[in-house]
Amino acid sequence: MDPPLWVNALIATISLGFLGLFIVAPLGIILHEAFRAGLHVWWASVREPDALAAIRLTLLVAAIAVPLNLVFGVAASWAIAKFRFKGRTFLLTLIDLPFAVSPVISGLIFVLLFGLQGWLGPWLADHDIQIIFAVPGIVLTTIFVTFPFVARELIPLMTEQGSEEEQAALSLGANGWQVFRRVTLPNIKWGLLYGVILCNARAMGEFGAVSVVSGHIRGETNTLPLHIEVLYNEYNFAAAFAGASLLAALALVTLAIKSLVEWRSGQA
Amino acid sequence: MSIILKNINKSFGTFKALNTINLEFKSGELTALLGPSGSGKTTLLRIVAGLEEADRGTEAEILFDQESVTGSPVHRRNVGFVFQHYALFRHMTVFENIAFGLRVKPRSERPDNKTITEKVTKLLSLVQMESLAERYPPQLSGGQRQRIALARALAIEPKVLLLDEPFGALDAQVRSELRRWLRQLHDTIHVTSIFVTHDQEEALEVADRIVVMNRGVIEQVGTPQDVFHRPANKFVMQFLGDVNVFHGRIESGHAVFTEAPAESVEAAARMLVRPHDLLIQRPHDGSGQGISAKVYRVMTAGSVVKVELIDHQNRLIQVHLSHERYRETPVTPHEEVIVVPHKPHVYAGEDKWDGNYVI
Repeated sequence: MDPPLWVNALIATISLGFLGLFIVAPLGIILHEAFRAGLHVWWASVREPDALAAIRLTLLVAAIAVPLNLVFGVAASWAIAKFRFKGRTFLLTLIDLPFAVSPVISGLIFVLLFGLQGWLGPWLADHDIQIIFAVPGIVLTTIFVTFPFVARELIPLMTEQGSEEEQAALSLGANGWQVFRRVTLPNIKWGLLYGVILCNARAMGEFGAVSVVSGHIRGETNTLPLHIEVLYNEYNFAAAFAGASLLAALALVTLAIKSLVEWRSGQA
Repeated sequence: MSIILKNINKSFGTFKALNTINLEFKSGELTALLGPSGSGKTTLLRIVAGLEEADRGTEAEILFDQESVTGSPVHRRNVGFVFQHYALFRHMTVFENIAFGLRVKPRSERPDNKTITEKVTKLLSLVQMESLAERYPPQLSGGQRQRIALARALAIEPKVLLLDEPFGALDAQVRSELRRWLRQLHDTIHVTSIFVTHDQEEALEVADRIVVMNRGVIEQVGTPQDVFHRPANKFVMQFLGDVNVFHGRIESGHAVFTEAPAESVEAAARMLVRPHDLLIQRPHDGSGQGISAKVYRVMTAGSVVKVELIDHQNRLIQVHLSHERYRETPVTPHEEVIVVPHKPHVYAGEDKWDGNYVI
């Protein structure tokens, strides 16, 4: 039996109210603030050198972190889903670690490792290598934080699919690489794409961990989220919201691709 | 191609799946590995394929046509393997599934597209699936998938065809149709084949030779006639069909199944008789030598008449009679009758008893 009309109406109002208050309104405000002073102000804020540098750095970090985590994620899922070995559960737990710890702690780990007072600090200083407060630190932290996305997406999928198709391919004479490219990869491609999209969104949007290791050097070590914070703290709201509108746009594009992938994989 | 297995052992942790298996498969024969689950039959098949490795250090050896393949991996052994759950490539059409083994060959051996198309078409017609070439596996029925799996395995012209419970996941009707078809197919292509099954009827119907396995060892190897009519031991007898078990004892050189009190018991004895090897007599007919029992139920609907009886120790006895024979001595429930074993298999402990017996 359907619940009475007033119950349905109440539930619908609550969910729509929440959605409006916490999702639609903030998004609307970002766009409103970003374009309030006019399109030319938005355009100028985005084209300002420091902003461009921040965008470039964000893209660079994602361009390094995402492919590395893709390779790692596929390799780890393959190992975990298709084989039984000692330490398998431990590896599974380890993959979840970046999700479990606060992003600030994730950043601090790298400061403690590579910072001037850190374990490897003196050695790095001797060899004139700078990791913390520089691009390598940002890349490393981002890799750490976005580490689980691809693997988390693939492990359940590959476990469910089992390894019989791979064994069949082997018995038909395929070598390891052929098995991977012709059998495993096509079977996981939608899940993989989904994981990569989420990984990319997080890599571009990460704030906490990156903030700890970046050092906030304008035009050098500020990613887009950090750049927005700096502008906001300087009461430069128009520019801050212009940057925010870019990240919001990224989120919307991600969601669109994600729905498309879900739709396609539902069809396949 | 002939296959010889020497000293095959396999343990999973502390569980001994295979215990020193020595076995030979003759060229062109269709052999069934028959046994209950956990008997090691699938493990043995996977070791022949190279999907599993025999334990090292026991001088295990696998010879294909006298040549050792012990260390070579599955993709070098040129075996066709058919999985119980088909393991078709779900993202490829039926055509591409069958073509797979040809497309992954090293460049120097790979046939051109025209040859591949010809070959796949030929295989499709061999398994009677020409019209389904462009379908995807999820669009096929279980029986169709299994045929495609077989065609895919045959595409690489394997030296040996290995089938793991090939009809295990199919319903009864498709099953019997497909196993008759497999037998015909084998008679056309004559490739050395081994298939695993837990279904004795399937093994008896399809195979040239049956290897009966239990708990990691081979209990008997022989033709279907051999293992059915001359079972080597109690396990084989019981596994290969319904049996009635009568308990008795060895007494001064005789196996005794009468109800007279024991004088000097030397060992327990068992008499195993198939339901169709028992006759029913009225107490005053014939010699009167047999087991007295009371008729419990009579089922005449079926190809044979099934009579269930209860003996004096309250144990169930099953008798299968032809309709003709039943008409000679029709019985009704609660009637006291005598059950006469026609071809009893007598065992003292686990071993066959060839001496005299008294019923």
